[in-house]
Amino acid sequence: MTMTSRRALLGALPMTIALSLALPGVGAAQDVVRIGYAVAKSGPNATGAGITTIPNYQMWVAEVNAQGGLEMPDGSRRMIEVVEYDDRSNTEDLVRAIARLAEQDKVDLILPPWGTGPNLAIAPLMDKAGYPHLAVTSVTDKAPEFADRWKRSFWMLGGGHDYAEALVQTLVAAREAGQINDQVAMISVADGFGIDLVSAARPAFEAAGFTLAYDETYPLGTSDFAAIMNEVQRSGADSFVAFSYPPGSFGVTKQAQTMGYNPKVFYVGVGGAFPNFPQVAGGKAGGVMSIGGVDSASPAIQDYFQRHTDSAGSPPDSWASAVTYASLEVLEQAVQRVGLDHQALAQEIATGTFQTVVGDLKMQDNQLRDLWWVGQWQGDKFVAVNPAERQGATAPVIPKPEW
Amino acid sequence: MGYVFSAIAFALLAVLPLFAGDYGTGLLVGLMGYVVLASAWALFSGPTRYVSLATVAFFGVGAYVVAVLNEVLPYPVVLFCAALTGAGMALVVGLSTLRLAGIYFVIFTFGLAELVRQLITWFEVNVTGTLGRYIFLDLTARDIYWQLLALAVLTLGAGWWIRRSRLGLALRVIGDDEVVAAHAGIPVARTKLVLFVISATIITLVGAVQAPRWVYVEPSIVFNPTVSFLTVIMALLGGANRLWGPVAGAVPLFLLFEWLSARFPDHFSILLGLMFLAVVYALPDGVLAALERIRRPSVLKETKA
Amino acid sequence: MLASTLALGIILGGTYALLAMGLTLQYGIARILNLAYGEFMLLSCFVVTGLFTAWGIGPLLGLLVVTPAGYALGWLVHAGMMSPLLRRGDAGRLEVDTILATFGLLFVLQGIMLIVFGSDFTSYSYLDQGVSLLGVTVAANRLVALAVSLAIGLGLYAVLMRSNWGRAMRAVALAPQSAWLVGIDVDRMGRQGFALGGALAAAGGALVSMFLTFSAADGVVFTMKALIVVIMGGVGNVLGALVAGLLLGLAEVLVAAFIDPGLTLAATYALFLVVLLWRPTGLFGRVGG
Repeated sequence: MTMTSRRALLGALPMTIALSLALPGVGAAQDVVRIGYAVAKSGPNATGAGITTIPNYQMWVAEVNAQGGLEMPDGSRRMIEVVEYDDRSNTEDLVRAIARLAEQDKVDLILPPWGTGPNLAIAPLMDKAGYPHLAVTSVTDKAPEFADRWKRSFWMLGGGHDYAEALVQTLVAAREAGQINDQVAMISVADGFGIDLVSAARPAFEAAGFTLAYDETYPLGTSDFAAIMNEVQRSGADSFVAFSYPPGSFGVTKQAQTMGYNPKVFYVGVGGAFPNFPQVAGGKAGGVMSIGGVDSASPAIQDYFQRHTDSAGSPPDSWASAVTYASLEVLEQAVQRVGLDHQALAQEIATGTFQTVVGDLKMQDNQLRDLWWVGQWQGDKFVAVNPAERQGATAPVIPKPEW
Repeated sequence: MGYVFSAIAFALLAVLPLFAGDYGTGLLVGLMGYVVLASAWALFSGPTRYVSLATVAFFGVGAYVVAVLNEVLPYPVVLFCAALTGAGMALVVGLSTLRLAGIYFVIFTFGLAELVRQLITWFEVNVTGTLGRYIFLDLTARDIYWQLLALAVLTLGAGWWIRRSRLGLALRVIGDDEVVAAHAGIPVARTKLVLFVISATIITLVGAVQAPRWVYVEPSIVFNPTVSFLTVIMALLGGANRLWGPVAGAVPLFLLFEWLSARFPDHFSILLGLMFLAVVYALPDGVLAALERIRRPSVLKETKA
Repeated sequence: MLASTLALGIILGGTYALLAMGLTLQYGIARILNLAYGEFMLLSCFVVTGLFTAWGIGPLLGLLVVTPAGYALGWLVHAGMMSPLLRRGDAGRLEVDTILATFGLLFVLQGIMLIVFGSDFTSYSYLDQGVSLLGVTVAANRLVALAVSLAIGLGLYAVLMRSNWGRAMRAVALAPQSAWLVGIDVDRMGRQGFALGGALAAAGGALVSMFLTFSAADGVVFTMKALIVVIMGGVGNVLGALVAGLLLGLAEVLVAAFIDPGLTLAATYALFLVVLLWRPTGLFGRVGG
C-alpha cells in the first residue's frame, strides 16, 4: 500500500510541477502593478548585479510602495508587486525567465537584467512581447543600431568609444597644460568590455599624438599583477590606464601602492567607482581616475547616496548605480503620465523629459547621451571630470598625489 | 511495440510547441537541451564510469562556431562545421587523455574547458580583435526545439544501437574491469575513443543549435561551467548506465529547478548542492534503480538495462 | 630584469604552494578529493576580513583563530559526510561518490556565503608596504605569506618524515588497504589528515586574504589552482606541492614578462595538462602510487 502511494507520488511530482509551470500565474488583482525581473543572483554575473542592479530595484520598489504605490495618470496609486527570478548567469535561463514573466506571470513591466550580453539576449523577446526595454547596464557601441532594430529598447550607458575617447580628451588637456608626457602604459582585461574599450582607445591615443609605451591584455581571472605592473613601471609612461574589471582594478591599485609606482595619471576600469574602492586603496584613493562619476555637489545625488546607504547598507557605486536608479524614475514618471500601455510608455520614454537623480533626462534616438565618462576620486567623493564643459564637472587633479 | 510507442511519443513531442507560447517553447528548448546533453554525456561516461566535466568545452565551441560563421555560411553548413570541429577536438583530446583514469580524468576535463576558453579568448583578442560576437539568425524557438528533438532521437537511437552492438558489450566489460577487457582482446582504447567522439560531437551540436537564442556570445557566456555540472548531476540522478536514465534525471530536475527559481530565487546554489548530496546519499544508483527497488523489492540487481 | 622576474615568480609560487598544501594532505592521506576546498579557504578569508574590519584584529592574529576552526570544520565534514561513504566499502565508487559529495558541499557553502557575505568584491589593506628584493619591490604581506608557506611545508615534511605519527600518516597514504595490519587506525588517521588539510586551508585563506580581492563566488578558482599544483606535485606529497607551486608561479611570471600576459592562464592550464599526460602521478609522485 505504502509502496504504491510512494511510487504514485514519485510519478506525480514532475507532473504537478510541469502543470504548475504551464498554468498562467494567478490573475493579478486590479489594484497592484506587477513588475518582474530576472537577474543573476548566482554565478559570475551575481557580483555586478548585486552591486549595481538589485539594490536599486529593491530600494525603488520599497520607496514607491511606501508612498502608497505607483501613481497612475488618473492620480490613483497602485502598489508594486515584484516577481523575481534568478537567471543563474545563464543566458538560456534568462531568456526563458523573460518569456515566463511576459507570458505566464503576465507582469505589467519588466526590468532589465545586469550586463551587456544579458540585455542583448532578451532584446528580441522584449521586442516581440512589446515591453519597453530600459537596457541600462549595457555598454555597446552598436546602441544606435540596436535602438533601430528593437524600437522599444533604450540604451543608457554609452559605448566603449565614448569612454575611451573621453579619457583621451582628458589626457590631451593635461598634456597641453604641461602636466604629463606623451607616453601611455595601457593594460586591458580580455573580456568583451575591456576589449571594446581598448580597441577604441588605441586609435584615439595615437590620433591624439600619444605613444603607447606598454599595451597588453591580461586574462579574466588574473589575480597577480606584480609582473605586469613591473613592466608598466619600467615603461616610463606618465599615464597608466587599465581597462579592467573589479578584481583587476583593485589588484593593480594595491600593486602600484606596494611598488611605490606613482604615475601622474592612474586610471582603472570597473570597480574604480565602487564605494569600497577607498578602503581597498587603504584610504589613498585621492587622484585615481575611473569610469563614470557623479555631480557630487548636486543635492539630488547627495540625497540618493544617503537613501541608498540607508536602504542597502552601503553607498552606491558612482557610475552605473545612479543611472540605474534614474531609469526607474523615468519609468515611474512615464507611467504617471501615460499609464501602463506599453506602446504609449515606450513613446513617452523616447520623447519625454524626466526629473531624475542625474538631472533632467531626455533620450536621444532611444539613447541616454548625457553621461559622465571620466571621474576621479577627490576627497571621499568620486567626482565627474569629463565632459569638462558639462554643468557639474570638476577639474581633474593631475598629477595624482603620491600614494 | 516499444518502437510504435516511442514513435508516437516523439510525434507528440514534435507537435507540442504548436500549442505552447513563448514560455512553453522556451521550457521545451531548455528541457530538450539538457535531455540531449545528459544522454550524450552518459553515452560515454555511463559505461566507462569516466566522469567528464568537459561538457561545456564542447558545448561552448559549438556555440562559438555558429557565432563565427553565421554570417558567412548557410546555416546547415555552419552546423556541419560545428560538428566537425567538435569531433576533431574530441579526437585530439581523446587520443591524449583516455589513458588517464579516475580523478585525473575528472580534473583534466575541467582544466580542458578552462584551457579552451582561455585560448579562444586570446585568439579573439589578438587575432580578430573583437570579443563579443552577434548572432542574428532567423530561427524561432520552435525551430531550435525541433532540431534539439531530432538530436535527442539521434542520441537515444545511438545509445540503443550501441547497447545491442558488439561495441556495447565491449563497453560493459571495460566498465567492469579494464584489465579483464584488455585480456579478452577488446581494443579498449579504440572503443573508448569512438564513444568519446560520438558523445562530444552531439554535445557540440547542442551548443551550436542553442546559440542563436542568445543573440550575443562571448567566452564567459558560452563557457559557463554550470552547464557541465548540471549535465553530470542530471545523468547521475537518473542513472547513467541506462538508456532512459539521463532522461529520467534531466526532466524532473530541470522542472524542479524552474519551479524553485520562482519560489527561492536567492538559493539556487544551495539547492543545487543539496541535489548533489541527495544523489550521493539517497539515490546512489539513480532514480530508475530506486523506482525498480520500490516496484520489486526482492530483485536486488536489475540486469536488463 | 631576469632576477627580478624570478623573484616575482617565487613570491607568486609561494602563494600557490600555500593554496595547495592542505588539499594535497586531504587527498593524499584521507583519499578524498575535496572539491569544496576553495570554499573552506574563502570562508576563512571572510572571517579574517570580518575580524580585521570590525575589531581591528590583524590577519596574522586571525590566523590563530581560523586555523583551529578549520581543523574542527574538516573533522566534522569527514565524520559527518565522508565516513558514511567510506563505510560503503566499494572502492571503485568511493572516488566518484566523494567527488560528487564535496561538489554538493561546494555549492551549499557558496550559496550560504552569497547570502551571508553578499556578492561584493572584498579586499582590505594590511602590511602592503613595499620591501625591496632583488631589484623589485614586493609587498610585505606576500613575503609573510611566502615565509609561512615555506615554514608550514618544511615543518610538515619534517613531521611526516621523522615522527611516529608522520610515519603512520604516510603508511595510510601509501597503503590504505594494509596499514591496519600494522596496527594503524586508518579511519582515524584519514580523519586527522582531512582535518589537518582543513586547518591548512583556513591558514592559507587567512594569508591570501591580505593581498587578493575575493568574492563569494571565487572558491572554485582557489580549488582549481590548488588542484593543478597538487596533481603536478604528486598527490599527498607536501614537498612536491611546494616545488610545483613555485614552478607554476615562475611559469606564469615568465610568460607574462617575456611572451604575453594574455596567455598566463592558458600557460598554467597547458603546463598542467602536459604534466598530467606525461606523468599522471605528478612530477614527484610515486609510480603506481
